[in-house]
Amino acid sequence: MTKAGLIKFRNDFLDHDITYSFLHSPATIIAALVTLVMFVMAFGAPLFTSYTPFDPGSLNLMDAFIPPAWEDGGTALHVMGTDGQGRDIFAAILYGTQVSLTVGLLSVLLSIGIGIPLGIIAGYSGGWVDTVIMRIADIQLTIPPILIALMIDGITRTSISRDLHEVVAIPVLVASIGIASWPQYARITRSGTLVERNKDYIAAAKLIRTPVPLILLRHILPNVIGPTLIVATIGVAVAIIIEATLSFLGVGVPPTTPSLGTLIRIGNSFLFSGEWWITFFPALTLVILVLSVNLIGDWLRDTFNPKLR
Amino acid sequence: MPEQVAVQVDSLKVYFDVSPPLVTRLLNKLPRQYLKAVDDLSFSITKGQTFSLVGESGCGKSTVARSVAGLCRIHDGQITINGTDADLPAARQDQRDAAEQVQMIFQSPYASLNPRWRVRDIVAEPIRAFKLARDKADERQQVARLLEQVGLSASDGEKYPHEFSGGQRQRISIARALSSRPKFLICDEPTSALDVSVQAQILNLMTQLQDELGLTYLFISHDLAVIDHMSDWVGVMYLGRICEITPKSELFANPRHPYTRMLLATVPDLQGKSNRPTITGEVPNPITPPTGCYFHPRCPHAEDRCRSERPTLQTHGPTRVACHAVQEKRL
Repeated sequence: MTKAGLIKFRNDFLDHDITYSFLHSPATIIAALVTLVMFVMAFGAPLFTSYTPFDPGSLNLMDAFIPPAWEDGGTALHVMGTDGQGRDIFAAILYGTQVSLTVGLLSVLLSIGIGIPLGIIAGYSGGWVDTVIMRIADIQLTIPPILIALMIDGITRTSISRDLHEVVAIPVLVASIGIASWPQYARITRSGTLVERNKDYIAAAKLIRTPVPLILLRHILPNVIGPTLIVATIGVAVAIIIEATLSFLGVGVPPTTPSLGTLIRIGNSFLFSGEWWITFFPALTLVILVLSVNLIGDWLRDTFNPKLR
Repeated sequence: MPEQVAVQVDSLKVYFDVSPPLVTRLLNKLPRQYLKAVDDLSFSITKGQTFSLVGESGCGKSTVARSVAGLCRIHDGQITINGTDADLPAARQDQRDAAEQVQMIFQSPYASLNPRWRVRDIVAEPIRAFKLARDKADERQQVARLLEQVGLSASDGEKYPHEFSGGQRQRISIARALSSRPKFLICDEPTSALDVSVQAQILNLMTQLQDELGLTYLFISHDLAVIDHMSDWVGVMYLGRICEITPKSELFANPRHPYTRMLLATVPDLQGKSNRPTITGEVPNPITPPTGCYFHPRCPHAEDRCRSERPTLQTHGPTRVACHAVQEKRL
């Protein structure tokens, strides 16, 4: 790109409605910054902490139950304290957030990967194809996502050998959450497709004998994907919560690579004996992360809804 | 040069299945129900001319347009489009395809352009579909020439549809329709969504293009002023049937069918005739149409024969009319 092109691009970017709306929404700016910081810290964890909390060889049981630095008995070496096995809570949160974000993003990718194609096909075909796809979605919507995830998790646990459990834990979690939440994306995409398919630009494409898959891909998809992606942003937050819930219930990720949910569960049992920091900091991180992602999702939804502009 | 028939439509029937759902039908022992949107309709269009269909909303004008374009499943009948000139040797298959194709200009300029595509891609879509460009540069050149042909500038190709007004969008629509070099264009109420001043510009552009490129138009409208401006021949439709086919001058000077007369009487004028005859009653439900002549419940000249026997198109001078009263010289 030439220099003049870059300057034009920058000016267009700054003049854009979306940029304007973003710069005039302080909550969204803060949420975006917080999410960005969490991303960087989670995926660059070794840069921010020298501990490797899930390497059993590096743990020292003498360090167990050290309170946060500002409490009596705290040490600057463990800012947020340590848990019952001497793991540094701050380091554990960084690695845990990494797992939570990975599961959240991958499972949403999986569910939009299933939901968008099925929704477009159902909406465009109509008739019995539509009926079959949407009835399956309806049936699945009557079962809470957590139950579906529990079921898929349970089946894989019983059907594969014990040694493989830890290896497949995260893929199974992604698959469970992803499969549990495709119906909502299918529904949004289908309703958009129902509107678009009767518009005349689709008729114009049919006139020149454009094959149906190309009509779906080139004409319908770009016009229906917007609302779906916005819901998907909020879906990331929901997926992180489902993952935390499953891990809290003990069917999520294995204890050797804990997520935020696992950390909260581990800490939960020490809550009444006074070691509040073990569960408090992971929980606080989860709240801030989900809140930030939700705020960004809300902002996207409002900005891209032409009726609210 | 002898007059060539560009488009021939023979006893076209388009029925829509409006039956109640299967279970309801079985429980209440109801028959299947069909809406006869187009019922046994025939006409032909001479090469280079404009044939217009006029009628009230719901009479099946747009359904005819969509069936001729192949967008609508037809129940019965035949549609022939002679794109290739008879004196030219048989061309390549894709060239024949391109010549026999139908292009369409749609009613709403807001729904007929994909909002996510740049104008140059919209206009180039048919060129790509029929592989009419040698390479990218050739395609770009063709698009630029088309945009200039319809009164836009070549640089407008970089923009998106929302950056244009309704009239400009309709020009883009025309450029897209012309880009695959069709000989036959269907215009489904192309100006009814536009301002009157813009309507005139678009209509003039369309007649100018017709003269330059020798296009044949099937023109759909409910606006008699537009019909007057555009047509060579006019078919008046009522409830899925044609009740009169006539040269344009005859239509306005010497309307034959009672329905045509009533339509013309509804055109407002400045003289302010006080005793203007009005069309009484409403269009009957096309699912259960009247017997005989569909117009008889609203026709002041209806007799017993009109209630029982369906009139066919009969030649009266330059006009063909489907009316017993005209045939019996009562009218």
